[in-house]
Amino acid sequence: MSNLHHAAGIIFIVIGLGFDVFGCIGLLRLPDVYNRLQATTKCVTLGTCSILLGTFILKGLGTTGVKAILVAIFLLLTSPVAAHALARGAHKSGVKLWPKSVADKYEQDGN
Amino acid sequence: MKSKLVLFIVGFIVWSLLTWPLDFQHLIVGLAVAAFVAFITGDLFTPSLQAGTGFSRITRYLWLCYYVPMFLWECLKANIDVALRVLNPKLPINPGIVKVKTTLKSDTGLTFLANSITLTPGTLCVDIDAEKGILYIHWIDVKTQDADKATELIVKPFEKILKNIFE
Repeated sequence: MSNLHHAAGIIFIVIGLGFDVFGCIGLLRLPDVYNRLQATTKCVTLGTCSILLGTFILKGLGTTGVKAILVAIFLLLTSPVAAHALARGAHKSGVKLWPKSVADKYEQDGN
Repeated sequence: MKSKLVLFIVGFIVWSLLTWPLDFQHLIVGLAVAAFVAFITGDLFTPSLQAGTGFSRITRYLWLCYYVPMFLWECLKANIDVALRVLNPKLPINPGIVKVKTTLKSDTGLTFLANSITLTPGTLCVDIDAEKGILYIHWIDVKTQDADKATELIVKPFEKILKNIFE
């Protein structure tokens, strides 16, 4: 394996770790459950996909690499669905929005 | 029958990738498992296929090739956007739930629209009313509360492409 190849893999993994860390910071800093879901869904999806892509570059088209790509595809498909289910469940069970939120059309429409 | 066949092929491909590298014994087991799963759950999978929308239209695959890079690019922008918001000491957020309209009808199309919206900058799909064609979107930085203007900003970029792919 060439050095460039190796470096590209490491760079993707480091970028992915960075986004995962930003997602965690967002989870701690943002005020309510919906904003937190935003941060975690977006950052963690792309962060983890980036780590998996880095793994694929490092390992090549072998046992590990193919699985990494497959996991990345599943993650892209299922992570937004999970976030949607959590947000809807939270709203249905009466979790209020952050007091400074500007609008809640969902509440107004009687859901 | 057609959806069962599609599910069988998809299931078998996923199995083959999971047990990579290809091996005779794995493939035999994979055939049995994929056939079993397709037999049991074939009718639940992609009801829109049964309506006969057709795989043969070439244009939808071309639109799909256009959609995937665009989606990944939007996803990257969303990440940078959220990261900047989170790292900013003032925490510049202005959240709220807004209502947008869509003209998509098929379940697959709506699912992909909701997923795309969730993974693009600042928006998260909270609920879908499929009959009325309404999506409730949690927006981290509400620019407008008007349903039509919000539709223009959030839904339009994807709707046209998804309409060409799934309907």
